[in-house]
Amino acid sequence: MNARRIRAVVLRQFYLMRGSPTRVIPLFAWVCVDMALWGFLTRYLGRLAPAGGFVATLLGCVLLWDFFTRVMQGVTTAFFEDVWSRNLLNFFASPMTVGDYLGGLLVSSALTSGVGLLAMIAMARVGFGWTPGAAAAELAPALAVLFVFGIALGAVAAGLVLRLGPAAEWFVWPIPAMIAPFAGVFYPVSVLPAWMRVLARALPPSYVFEVLRARAAGTAPPPGGLGAGAALALADLALAAAFFFASHRAVVRDGRLARSAAETAG
Amino acid sequence: MRGLRKRYGRATAVDGVSFQVRAGEIIGLLGPNGAGKTTTISMILGVLEPTEGALSAPPPERMNFAAAHAPLPGNLTVAENLRVFSLIFGVPRPEARVRELMRRFDLERFASVKAGLLSSGEQTRLGLAKALLNEPRLLLLDEPTASLDPATARDIRAEIMAYAARGEAGVLWTSHNMSEMEEVCGRVLFLSRGRVLLEGDPRALPAERGCANLEELFVAVAREPLTP
Repeated sequence: MNARRIRAVVLRQFYLMRGSPTRVIPLFAWVCVDMALWGFLTRYLGRLAPAGGFVATLLGCVLLWDFFTRVMQGVTTAFFEDVWSRNLLNFFASPMTVGDYLGGLLVSSALTSGVGLLAMIAMARVGFGWTPGAAAAELAPALAVLFVFGIALGAVAAGLVLRLGPAAEWFVWPIPAMIAPFAGVFYPVSVLPAWMRVLARALPPSYVFEVLRARAAGTAPPPGGLGAGAALALADLALAAAFFFASHRAVVRDGRLARSAAETAG
Repeated sequence: MRGLRKRYGRATAVDGVSFQVRAGEIIGLLGPNGAGKTTTISMILGVLEPTEGALSAPPPERMNFAAAHAPLPGNLTVAENLRVFSLIFGVPRPEARVRELMRRFDLERFASVKAGLLSSGEQTRLGLAKALLNEPRLLLLDEPTASLDPATARDIRAEIMAYAARGEAGVLWTSHNMSEMEEVCGRVLFLSRGRVLLEGDPRALPAERGCANLEELFVAVAREPLTP
């Protein structure tokens, strides 16, 4: 990977944002909407069940899930910008390697999801008097696992669209909603039927949310804890990168990349 | 390249094409639509894998291309596009190079204009400016003057000919404008159904084949049935 070419991918995204407020607003607008919705819900539920720590935990889990989806969409949106502007041919008919390009998507996503995270923290502080404080040390590894898995899922989604063409874009948007029931965001994995628990154990976010829930309840964390989630997320990232490389190889072989400049989502 | 072949299932787009582009030379790749010109260029650029054959090209840092079918991102300005691609190609002193190319291709007044808002001729000039960013040793041009007015097309031809005349770079140029090919190319290759049917000096070839000019020869070659 080449740092200069990674910078070029990021610079392209920066120029897009700079020239278009409609691309900047979504970076923090939905985060703020979610924060307001779940923040007030938490406040209300806290009044109904003052002793229940589960309410604050639920809010935390929902917002972490929001962060994860922003990371994934940070990758896919940056990739779609190149699909929509039919720029993939220009990028790959240059010294840009697949690794450079993926690296650029990763850094772009880190920056855009970072903006969302800062907006989330600022709003939690201003609106609900919450400051990270001691929780920061606990949240940082959780965020790291979700970030890595979000990047991995984004790379898989981008590889899918690269391989199948722009019309496959609609597969991508529902992915977070499709895996949410297995990830244990809103409830413990133990409430799931056995076959769903198997799938849940294969998803790094389930470890994150189980650990956070166990800490809030003062119970033992699940076997492996965040370490297992981190190992799984890193393995998923390696697999996702391999999938994107394979997709690129396939479209170079079958001519889809060479024709991509002429292809629309039709 | 030697014996380059590209098959899509049973269809053969390029069928055993062999040629060499030398430094200082402009080669014209001619042929009717679907002859395999763009497929050949795509294989040289590395965005399409040949089914068979040997291909020896400069490293990607020393190649570049401009094609009407591959415009630069319309949502970036002219200057932003050139800055992004100068980073990708590792251009030394990129700001000075971007300014120089905008001046040479009469794009300075569009520096802050989004590329998608340019006319097709202006977009073509932007594509050519990008193609020269890294002073490539091999320059691939797919119908570079197709949407230009005659005056601009003449300037562009002069620009490319001067670039090739420096003797450090070869140019592979596809066009349907036969008088243009006669003017700029030292050698032309006629492609039809993926094969090179004819090769030679564009000024001498028509007479050798009993044709009045290159356009007449083009029509004759394009209609000539392939024989094994």
